[in-house]
Amino acid sequence: MVQATHKRQSAFIEDAFRIACYGAALAVLLILGGVMVALIEGAWPAFAKFGPDFITDEVWNPVTEKFGARAPIYGTLMTSIIAMLIGVPVSFGIAIFLTELCPGWLKRPIGTAIELLAGIPSIIYGIWGLFVFAPILQQTVQPFLIDTLGPLPIIGALFAGPPFGIGVLTAGLILGIMVLPFITSITRDVFDTVPPMLKESAYGLGATTWEVVFKVVLPYTRVGVMGGVMLGLGRALGETMAVTFVIGNAHRISASILAPGTTISASIANEFTEAVGDIYTSSLVALGVLLFVITFGVLAFAKLLLMRMQKKAGR
Amino acid sequence: MNKLLIRRRKVTNTVALSMAVGAAAFGLFWLVAILWTLFANGFDAISLDIFTKMTPPPGSNGGLLNAIAGSFAMTLMAMLAGTPFGILAGTYLAEYSRGSKLGETIRFINDILLSAPSIIVGLFIYEVMVRPMGHFSAWAGSMALGVLVIPVVLRTTEDMLNLVPSTLREAASALGAPKWKMIISVAYRAARNGMITGVLLAVARITGETAPLLFTALNNQFWSSNMNAPMANLPVVIFQFALSPYEDWQRLAWGGALIITVAILTLNIVARLIASVGSSTTR
Repeated sequence: MVQATHKRQSAFIEDAFRIACYGAALAVLLILGGVMVALIEGAWPAFAKFGPDFITDEVWNPVTEKFGARAPIYGTLMTSIIAMLIGVPVSFGIAIFLTELCPGWLKRPIGTAIELLAGIPSIIYGIWGLFVFAPILQQTVQPFLIDTLGPLPIIGALFAGPPFGIGVLTAGLILGIMVLPFITSITRDVFDTVPPMLKESAYGLGATTWEVVFKVVLPYTRVGVMGGVMLGLGRALGETMAVTFVIGNAHRISASILAPGTTISASIANEFTEAVGDIYTSSLVALGVLLFVITFGVLAFAKLLLMRMQKKAGR
Repeated sequence: MNKLLIRRRKVTNTVALSMAVGAAAFGLFWLVAILWTLFANGFDAISLDIFTKMTPPPGSNGGLLNAIAGSFAMTLMAMLAGTPFGILAGTYLAEYSRGSKLGETIRFINDILLSAPSIIVGLFIYEVMVRPMGHFSAWAGSMALGVLVIPVVLRTTEDMLNLVPSTLREAASALGAPKWKMIISVAYRAARNGMITGVLLAVARITGETAPLLFTALNNQFWSSNMNAPMANLPVVIFQFALSPYEDWQRLAWGGALIITVAILTLNIVARLIASVGSSTTR
């Protein structure tokens, strides 16, 4: 008798525990679904009023209640491109340093230090960017760019105008620093999956370290490295606070990357609590929908690439 | 001819590798530069006042007590709400869903949520909590942070449970332990340090989050223990004070920035230490 009730009790706990785990796992799907439904519902008035013009229109005027997302979309893409131009090569360099050059005892401290860059909250990057980084750029780097690259044909337009300090370039550079730890950590991990036999064979044939990295390690890890870059891109696209501090929040598209601009996330952060009127709020939520779709696509692509890499490493 | 080629290869090699060293120095430089500025600007602002007085109106003395307390309260609530979900869902992925389609989908979605922009979560909670309730509240802030906790805890829990050798599980099952007992008394115990690391990393992650709080918890100039009303919190106070034109507010912002960064970096390092202790004793 006692044994039987004990058994029944155990079976009950077994079921309850399994269902609890199952339910919690389903909650992850529910959150994603909830985010999509809630955002689309909130954005509906704006989408219904402006239609596809919302994406292509540049006007952002709270007074006349006319809203278009072109400037924030442009700002988001431009800052992310600048971030990738800085972040990708530097991250590769750090990953090569950590996997091929660094003496063993230094690997952990340096690796940890780079990862701590990811731990610094984005608001700290923002306050540092506004009070320290932007003034330095304004006094040194930007005048130099204006003088040297400004007069050139075609690309000159990118570096025209006065040095504001804050602006698209500053935001992009800070994003470039912020994505370093993310790209580095993935690149380093996939570099470590290269079979030592492959590398040693190349060394045995007399290849230099650089040739081994460039002709053996990189081709072998191409897919995974792309995944890491995409992951960094996803981070850069959605980064909010750091950008909000230094981009200047101007709803216009300037040819010059030295001029102030705005991004999707910075517009939401700056204007949401001050937005009056349903259509204004709804337009900001609609920006959120756009951001969600873009980052989801990029991150999903990153994940697919990394899964392909994992399969390869598993074999 | 051949010698020339060899020399060129050697030069390329040296140049490329020097650039790699340069890249590492570049990365470390920014960490040092940011920490240096934080200490240089924030250290003066740190005094007993900052921990004992409320956020002041511009032009008078004050501290950050209400903001620090608010951050503590919301972080605690967020952890209480998010951690169980993360651990249970991680357990499902590691123990119950080996190879199932549903498990793979959830893992995929979770990894995306892990890197998704946090401002989106703020908008989500605004739509489902703040708007229906009609006002900003600390509860909404806690929930926004709680949503961010789940992916972090889930991921580490699953990873750590996957590291537990299956022989341990089989031994427990062979002794007649039901699955739930095997998971709780064997698998959780073996993965404990790693799971604690995940929880600490989640605390570190949400402590500095600003974007999801901007339009959920909002801010509050005064002391408030009412979770159903707007509540002060460090990140939003730093945001507002740093962008204000008042010098004493900016000083407090630097002080707050230093406190928050030191707290987060300490959490990160402690989490790593716990994880490394765990891996050396099980091996």
